Amino acid sequence: MLNDVTFGQYYPTKSFVHNMDPRAKIVFIIAYIVAIFLADNFFALAAVTLFLIVAVLFSRVPFGRVLRSVKMILFLIIFTAILNLFFYSSSEELHMIWEWKFISVSWEAIINMIFLAFRLFLLVMGTSILTLTTTPVALTDGIESLLTPLKWIRLPVHELALIMSIALRFIPTLMDETNRIVAAQKARGANFETGGLIKRAKAVVPILIPLLVSAFRRAEDLGDAMDARCYSGAKGRTKYKKLTFTWRDLIGLLLFAALIAGVVLLNTYLGGKFEIIGYFVK
Amino acid sequence: MRIVAKDLTYTYNPKSPFASQALKGVDIVIEEGEFFGIIGHTGSGKSTFVQHLNALIKLTGGSLTVGDYDLSDKKCKFLELRSKVGMVFQYPEYQLFAETVEKDVMFGLKNFHKGMAEEEMKAAVKEAIGRVDLDYEDVKDKSPFELSGGQRRRVAIAGVIVTRPEILILDEPAAGLDPLGKKEIMQLLHAIHGSWCKTVVIVSHDMDEIAENCTRAAVFSEGKVVMEDTPAEIFKRSDELISLGLDIPVTAKCARVMKERGIEIDTDFTCDDFIAKTLALWKGQGGGNAQ
Repeated sequence: MLNDVTFGQYYPTKSFVHNMDPRAKIVFIIAYIVAIFLADNFFALAAVTLFLIVAVLFSRVPFGRVLRSVKMILFLIIFTAILNLFFYSSSEELHMIWEWKFISVSWEAIINMIFLAFRLFLLVMGTSILTLTTTPVALTDGIESLLTPLKWIRLPVHELALIMSIALRFIPTLMDETNRIVAAQKARGANFETGGLIKRAKAVVPILIPLLVSAFRRAEDLGDAMDARCYSGAKGRTKYKKLTFTWRDLIGLLLFAALIAGVVLLNTYLGGKFEIIGYFVK
Repeated sequence: MRIVAKDLTYTYNPKSPFASQALKGVDIVIEEGEFFGIIGHTGSGKSTFVQHLNALIKLTGGSLTVGDYDLSDKKCKFLELRSKVGMVFQYPEYQLFAETVEKDVMFGLKNFHKGMAEEEMKAAVKEAIGRVDLDYEDVKDKSPFELSGGQRRRVAIAGVIVTRPEILILDEPAAGLDPLGKKEIMQLLHAIHGSWCKTVVIVSHDMDEIAENCTRAAVFSEGKVVMEDTPAEIFKRSDELISLGLDIPVTAKCARVMKERGIEIDTDFTCDDFIAKTLALWKGQGGGNAQ
């Protein structure tokens, strides 16, 4: 029932991207997202796509695996695309194709729709490369390290990172637990598949209560275990795996700088996204 | 009800990189009235197999019949089957959820017998709580979380047997209990076996438990049944069990040591029998004044 949800979809293999510093990867992803939204014509978008393809090739994760992450939000993409197609409006004059009451389709809307769908697609593909090539632990380490400056404003960065890694660590455990409790209640005749909304909501109680109790039990055990090993927060704590910035990260950084510069250049010299309409409509 | 499984196969997460075949053709027959033991490593498929018996896992390969229920038939009445085949999971005390013990034990009844009168249900709950040797008046209004671990486990068992299943399946019923608690739970299961449930199936990796209690047992290894026999016969093949990475009962360990010293002993590997036979042997060789 819950086995289909793969959380922390790390794809274990050795590659250039896997070996990069998680901090660098997080910064790159932010730059990549900026690039996606900066891109204002098809050439710039093509440049971002090319970059994505190169990143996938270097990560050695099968292409189908990366595509699968898009499947989860396919509905969202299609939904927003359709809304954009029919309800696009602008202060400038549009090249109308079809109109009916408040619904209309224009060339601009079509272009806008393609742009939007493609941007979402690139966004999800890019971020899933991050999660496919970085273990959750490395990811939280990276986030912690990047947020370190915020310690100056008294933000408990280390504690936040710890909370995050504990949460990530316990998702599969609680998932297993849920499956076990569901099976046990089903064996006692519980029915989760049929009935109205209220009946189904009520049916969740026999799962939720034991799950909650067990979550508290685990939290207490974990707290005791941490106490027993003298955990006392961030102060004086060293890392088992030190993050190091290497030549790989430098190459990546340069490539990303080139991407952003390229996108900006393509934007300025090759015009806006709607100029292509001129080829279809006189 | 007789359980007959033929060439049962099951794969978790089929058609994905995480696919793992848990059952690779299981053939097994469990007769009505048996106290059946299932032995095996973690990941040997024993839990997957028992979850097939009350259709918690849908049959995907092979055939399985439980009494008159044919589980390969899509029209099989699964809910009815589940009331006839009770299942107690590992650490069943963690599935308790209701405000009072009485309500929790009643949960199964309410699910299976929707039209039953409240009074009738209460009577059944009272009987079930009595059956697991708890004091009904004392515990019925308590929260399950107020009880001790052993008591909670009893309540959980009562919550399963309250529907009077013909077959009772228990996954590691004595796990996590102290030696006395283990003994009491096994005694309780024998009492239930004799009175309420015709067939009892226990999954265990405590070999002493199997040797002491079961009429017959099956050894699972890598998704297959490698032995199916009485415990006495199974533990005679202790070398094979060890090579499968399984433990053997204390009595079998002693028998092995004695065999190395040239003393053969014909026992069924229960403690009582083993001690009696050893004493007899010792006396026969002039072992002195043993009573």
